[in-house]
This record gives sequence, C-alpha cells and structure tokens, in this order.
Amino acid sequence: MERLDNKLGTLTSLPMVLLLAVSFLAPLVVVAVFSIMPPKVFSIMNVPDFSAYADFFQQGYYKSLLWSVAMAFISTVILFLICWPLAFGMAKVFGKFTLVLTIAVAMTLIVSENIRLFGWVLTLMKGGLIDGYLRTWWGLRLEGVLYNGPIIVFGLIYVYFPFMLFPLAQGIAMIPEDARQAAEDLGASPFRILWEIDLPLASPGIVVGSLLSFVLAAGALAESKLLGGQAIIVFTDEVETAFTYGQNWPLGSALAMILILIIGILAFFSISKIDLDSMMGRRR
Amino acid sequence: MRSSRKTVYFLNAYGVLVIVFLYLPLVSVFFASISKTRYLTFPIRRYATHWYLRAVQSPTVSDLVETSLKIAIIVTVISMLVGFFGALAYARYHWKYRNAFQKIIILPIFFPQAVLGLALLIWFNSIGLIPSWKTAVVAHLVWIAPISTLIIAIRAYSFDPALEEAARDLGASTWTIMREITVPLLIPGVISAGLFSFLLSWGNFPLSLFTTGADSTLPEWLYAKMVSGYSPLVPSVGFISIGSSIILLVIAYIAKKLVASVAK
Repeated sequence: MERLDNKLGTLTSLPMVLLLAVSFLAPLVVVAVFSIMPPKVFSIMNVPDFSAYADFFQQGYYKSLLWSVAMAFISTVILFLICWPLAFGMAKVFGKFTLVLTIAVAMTLIVSENIRLFGWVLTLMKGGLIDGYLRTWWGLRLEGVLYNGPIIVFGLIYVYFPFMLFPLAQGIAMIPEDARQAAEDLGASPFRILWEIDLPLASPGIVVGSLLSFVLAAGALAESKLLGGQAIIVFTDEVETAFTYGQNWPLGSALAMILILIIGILAFFSISKIDLDSMMGRRR
Repeated sequence: MRSSRKTVYFLNAYGVLVIVFLYLPLVSVFFASISKTRYLTFPIRRYATHWYLRAVQSPTVSDLVETSLKIAIIVTVISMLVGFFGALAYARYHWKYRNAFQKIIILPIFFPQAVLGLALLIWFNSIGLIPSWKTAVVAHLVWIAPISTLIIAIRAYSFDPALEEAARDLGASTWTIMREITVPLLIPGVISAGLFSFLLSWGNFPLSLFTTGADSTLPEWLYAKMVSGYSPLVPSVGFISIGSSIILLVIAYIAKKLVASVAK
C-alpha cells in the first residue's frame, strides 16, 4: 500500500510540479541571476557584479522598502484587531449568518482590486459619495482624505481583509469548546481565556492570516497608485519603474530579490511550523 | 460556552457593518455608472444608462472582453486538470514528499502578484517569448492552479480512503478506481475550483499588468484609464465586469440546485 501511495503521489503531483518549475521557480532563478549583472544589460551573459545591490543602499531605495514594510506591518496589526471579533463570531457565535458573511466577503475577492479601490476614490474624493451627501444634507465637507500615507494603509486593510479573516476564523474554529468551558468553570476571566486559551490554540490561523496579509501588503502596488496618488512611493513601484521606465533590469531584479528574500524567509519559517493537514480539515 | 446576549448582538451588528464597509465602494461605482454627466459629482441629479450603451457598442471593450475571456477559459480548464491531480497528491496519498509538496503549493499564493508578474516578464524575455495573452495564461496559472488545488483538496480530505481500498481489494485497477470512485467523489470540488479559477482569472489585474504584452485585459484597461485621467466609461465597464461575474455565480448556483433536485 505504501509503495503504491508513493507512486501515485509522485505521479499526481507531477503536473503541478512541472507547472511551478517552469513558471515559478525558473523566473525566480532568472531574476536572481539578473540581479548580479552589471547595470542596464539585457542578457545574463555578462560578468557578474553586485552594483545593483549597492544601488539599493546608495540610491535610497531602502527608504521605499522601509515604507512598504512599515505600512504592511501597521495594516496587518490593524487587520488582526478588526478581524478577530468577527472571526470569533463566525467560528463560535453566528449560525446561519456565518455563511452569509463568508459568501459576502468571498464575493468581494472576485471583483478586481482596482475596481474596488477606484470605488473608494469615488466614495472619498471631493464631490464623491460621502462628501457630496454630507454637503447637501448638512453642509459639511470631507476633504483631503485621499492621496496621503494613511489612505494607502486604509486601502491595504480593505483589500487584504479576507486574507486575514478567513484563516483567523479557521484557526478559532480549531479551539476545542471544552477547553474554553473548563477555563470558565475554573473561574478564568474572559481576558485570561483569550490570552491563555484562544490566542495560543488559534495560533496556526493567526500565523497564516498575518503572514498572508503582511506579505501581500508589502508587495502591493495598486493601493498606493490609486488611493495614495503616489504620495508615498512603495517598493513594488520602484521595482516596476526600474524594469519599465528605467530599463535597468539588473537593478529591478536586485530590488525584487530583496523583497523575495524577506518574504521567502518569513513564509518559510511560518509555513514550516504549521500542519496544513489539520488546518484544512483532515478527518484521520 | 455561551456568549452573553449583548455580545451576540454586538457581533452581529459588527458583521453587518463590515459587509457595508466592503460593499460601499461598489455602490459608488454603480451610482457613478448611471450618472448622466461627463464629470461625476455626488449627489447624482440626472440618471442615464447611455454609458452602458456606449460600453457595449465600443469595439475596444469587446476586444478586451474577448481577451479576458480567452485567458479565463484556458486558465479554468488547466487549473481544473492540474488541481484535480494536485489535490490527490496533496490530501489523499501518503507519499514521501507529501509534506514538501503541500508547502511548495502554498508559496505562489504567498507571493506578491505584481512582483511575480515582473519576474515572469523577464523570464519570458530571456527565453525569447514575446508577451501576449498566451503568456498571461501562464502567469495566471502560477497563482490560480495552487488555489484550485487547495479547493479540491478540501473535498479530497472529506472522502474515505477505505472506499478506494475496498475497490482495490475487490480487484479493481488503479484506472478503474480513478474513474469509478475518485473522479465522481471529487467532481463537486473540481467544479467549484473551476468556477473560482474562472472568476479569479477574469478579475485579475496585478498578474496581467506585466505579462499581456500588447494585448490588454478588462481590468488592465480599467487601471490604465483610472491612472491616466478619468473616462466616464470606467464605472460602466467596471460594473459590466462585476455584473458578469455575479451572473455566472447565479447560474452556477441555480445549476447546482437543479442537479441536486434531479439527483433526488
């Protein structure tokens, strides 16, 4: 049985492995090689140097990276705080409403993120939905909300909301009700139950949710372009500029590599600690 | 442990608030799309549907729809196939590299799509492929095929391997087991994975951005218009894109109900 499982497992994984080897691994290798090429070449047949990485420090690209990482971090923390009560409700409190919420939130995922962000521009702009009605009804104005740093964080929170909510709800659903009941019977305060039972036992969900939101937010582009009006140049924007207007592939590759390494290290350590089988509902 | 009534009340209200928050921007897009004036200001005084008419008649828009559709259909078919086998390796068989395989599949999902698109662009260039809608299919697959695998894997987890083992003990070949047991049991998962693959590909923007070359998809065109000056067609075309997704979902839901009632 074991030998057969080995054979079938290898065979059935092949299409996926091939797909990822050709269109995920290979591009990353090419980017890695390009990142150690001299400036502005378009072929990997050159003598390697590390000038592109030196540019990262000397030309101030690290500032954009810090901005991206900081905004990703802030939005992840806020996302965790606003998603936790809702995820708790979905996993433990709501009955039918959980299904309604799940469908409502999942439906937003199929709408292009740029359409949704554009919707926020229409909602928040001068003469937009909120400003327009505030003015007509109460004579109030809403101005200067768009095109700054905080609105980019707002956009990140909005776009990556499902990526925090669903893993959290999954994690909270894994907390055995007995453990919470026992703690309550023994006189634990709600805060203590949260701290000593809920948070540790839901940690796989917390890790996956936080990792997903952080990583995706750190590599986000559309939020700063549409909502932020490029008030802050995010790191992905620098990568794009280097590849397109700058026509400097080695620089773009080096910048991309730095982001990839940060994300790769984070993802590797977090994912390796998690049992995906139990999280996705293995019965055995 | 029962939560107090006040907590339940608060959480429900919070849930409703979140739904409002998530859909508010789409409400704005919808109202913008039926505003008559060329330059949009709220509150809208005169409504009209002529932007929709313009959008439907525009040859540019039909080209965009055609490109998006081509990409989405091919991505869907391949994602269903690759995902079906991938899900078996992921959830069903206990093989040597199962653990590693599970983690490798998650990686592309954890990857910022815009960066992935750029990496693919260099890769295509360095092997001499000219980016077009076909290369965008590959880009979409990197992200969507793993998601499709996970969706089918959830279904695969819930089926009892004893069924397959019993069939094997009775002398069925691997091929017969696949055809008679595995495929029928997983087919609902494969269909939902296909549906999701289609919708995710249809609405995808960051992966298409750098990989379609001279071709353009619907979300890409919308983005270009949003960044480089407003076009009154943007809200209506945006809503056509959303609306077609919703119609597809409704059709899928009705089809599922019909199949279920026929099966009874």
